[in-house]
Amino acid sequence: MLILQGIIDGILIGGLYALMGAGLTLVFGVMEIINFAQGILVILGAFLSYSLVRATHIDPFVTILITIPAMFLLGYGVYYLLIARLKRDRVIMSLLVMFAVAQVIEGVLDIAYGGTLVQIHASYVDTSLRFGSINIPLVYLYAFILSAVLMGCIYVILYKTKFGRALRATTQNPAAAQLVGIDVHRVSAATLGIGVGLAAAGGMLYGMTASFNPASSYDLISRLLVIVILGGFGSVGGAMAAAIIMVVIEDVVAVTWSPVWGQTMFYLVLVAVLLFRQQGIFGKQIARAQ
Amino acid sequence: MTTLHAGTAPAELLRPVEAERAFRDPFEPSKRSRATAWVALFALLAAFPIVFSNPAVTSIGVFTMMFLVAAIGWNIFSGYSGYVSIGHAVYYGFGQYAVALLIEHWHVTPGASELAIIPLGGIVAAAVAVPVGLILLRVRKHTFIVLTIAAMFIFQLLAFNFAGFTGGSAGTNVVSPPWTGTVFNLPFYYIGLGAAILALLVSWGIRRSKYGLGLLAIRDDEDRAKGLGIRVTRAKLIAYVASAFFVGIAGGLYATFVGAVYPQFAFDPTYDLAIAVMVFVGGLGTLPGPVLGALVLAPIQQYFYIQFGASTLYLIIYGILFIVILLTLPAGVVPSISDRYRSWMASRQRRREEATPTVGGAMPVTVPAGPVGIDDGGAR
Repeated sequence: MLILQGIIDGILIGGLYALMGAGLTLVFGVMEIINFAQGILVILGAFLSYSLVRATHIDPFVTILITIPAMFLLGYGVYYLLIARLKRDRVIMSLLVMFAVAQVIEGVLDIAYGGTLVQIHASYVDTSLRFGSINIPLVYLYAFILSAVLMGCIYVILYKTKFGRALRATTQNPAAAQLVGIDVHRVSAATLGIGVGLAAAGGMLYGMTASFNPASSYDLISRLLVIVILGGFGSVGGAMAAAIIMVVIEDVVAVTWSPVWGQTMFYLVLVAVLLFRQQGIFGKQIARAQ
Repeated sequence: MTTLHAGTAPAELLRPVEAERAFRDPFEPSKRSRATAWVALFALLAAFPIVFSNPAVTSIGVFTMMFLVAAIGWNIFSGYSGYVSIGHAVYYGFGQYAVALLIEHWHVTPGASELAIIPLGGIVAAAVAVPVGLILLRVRKHTFIVLTIAAMFIFQLLAFNFAGFTGGSAGTNVVSPPWTGTVFNLPFYYIGLGAAILALLVSWGIRRSKYGLGLLAIRDDEDRAKGLGIRVTRAKLIAYVASAFFVGIAGGLYATFVGAVYPQFAFDPTYDLAIAVMVFVGGLGTLPGPVLGALVLAPIQQYFYIQFGASTLYLIIYGILFIVILLTLPAGVVPSISDRYRSWMASRQRRREEATPTVGGAMPVTVPAGPVGIDDGGAR
């Protein structure tokens, strides 16, 4: 029963990690940027929702109608202000720039909110559904549903819109995409905006399911990076599957053995997988060209 | 007249010495002037804590030396091989814990014998780097970058969780040496300076060796380097272990100087950002680059930390400073300056040639050594 409980928790929370990881892997796929700031951006989204809920007493789920557009603009602006100006060594330079951006945001959040752990509150945060000995927190279920809906939106944008076609074309070959008239800069800026916007939604859900402070971002980003590696860089579907598998493994180990080993297992799986499959579980192949 | 124009002669027609002469950078500073500059720099660094003996200043000096050693070491691997590691804090952490725990378990008396343990920090870090490097170096470029970050978090987690051994979040303490006053910082400073000189010599030796050329070939095109017979995995691993050694020494120095080791500061995710930016600013893959970057940026970082460390304002200021530097000096200071110097020298030479009429009119830059026969070169 404990194992079943771990599996259910893992799937529900894994959905949330899939949402946050999707933003990371999408940005990488389009412009080869490892957005190290994704962790702190999730925390920023969580704090924005937290403040909105405290100030206006609206439902946390309503806050994302404000935080997603706001953080979309943040991502859009960061692209044009910083990333578009990098001319050489873009992979590593953009990583360092996003690292520095993460530090600035962490510093600002630390001054604004301090280091105490907080959690977003709503009437249903502490209620849960019971099925025999299985306990499903309502928040986990809502988080999973919203994650699924947003992932559905991402799918529609990617595969059913003109912008999605342009985005996929840019992922495949930026130079060729530019040649056929796609504004690669605008696509990249919008993609970073979407990635950061997903961090806003992920942050609101994360802030309801766990207590957080600015330093939580490091734990988040390390997990998200593991998920993205295992899912294969740039693959949204891979990130989804990897997120759910990894969080299920972690939760099962946590409930049957100890939480400490649950977290360690997260990384041990990564090392074990990479020993045999260097492209991750779902990655196709590592491009020969560097 | 068989005057050879640099850049137009097919290299394979020249004898090796002539080929080298034809393609050598004519504006490169001579060996002697470069050696003089290095000696002068390190003489200044050696004199620094004697001239400015204020402990607050020499303390910044000690931290600067730690960054100097680590930056030169980091550049040996990431600069030459092109594999950027953002997880060398692993070896900073192992250096710190190795020194702190060895001092504790061997009951080393506080003082000079503590300082003798510092090299062991480097050796332990290098020993750890062998298996870790073997795993990490299986992947390339961006996956490698991300894996190095992940490795850093793994070891931070382990340092927190094996509390019985590491002290966990309570940390491990090292009893500081019994010296007091203005002399307290000096031994640490000079150990750091000595380690930096050693690191620089290793870096210089690698840069001018055949092995170093292999590393640069890996940076430019790994598959082709492999095809040319370079044992790429071994080459990368050696550089990785060497760089881990020096970062471990910096860690050992930190543990004995600061006297406390905590998981979040030993395996610090921002540490590699600091090192990487220093090397990028100075010039990635150049010999003087990390020296320049560390000597300029480390004191600024320490100053901000001391001024604003009470709040996280220093994170904001330093983060913005990083972004500005990365956007304005993407190539690094050393390459930018040497490019300027070369174009200045070239334009000066052009002006001189225009002033004195030459045979043949508008000739391109001629080989400084004079005419070289090319028609019989291939026959020999």
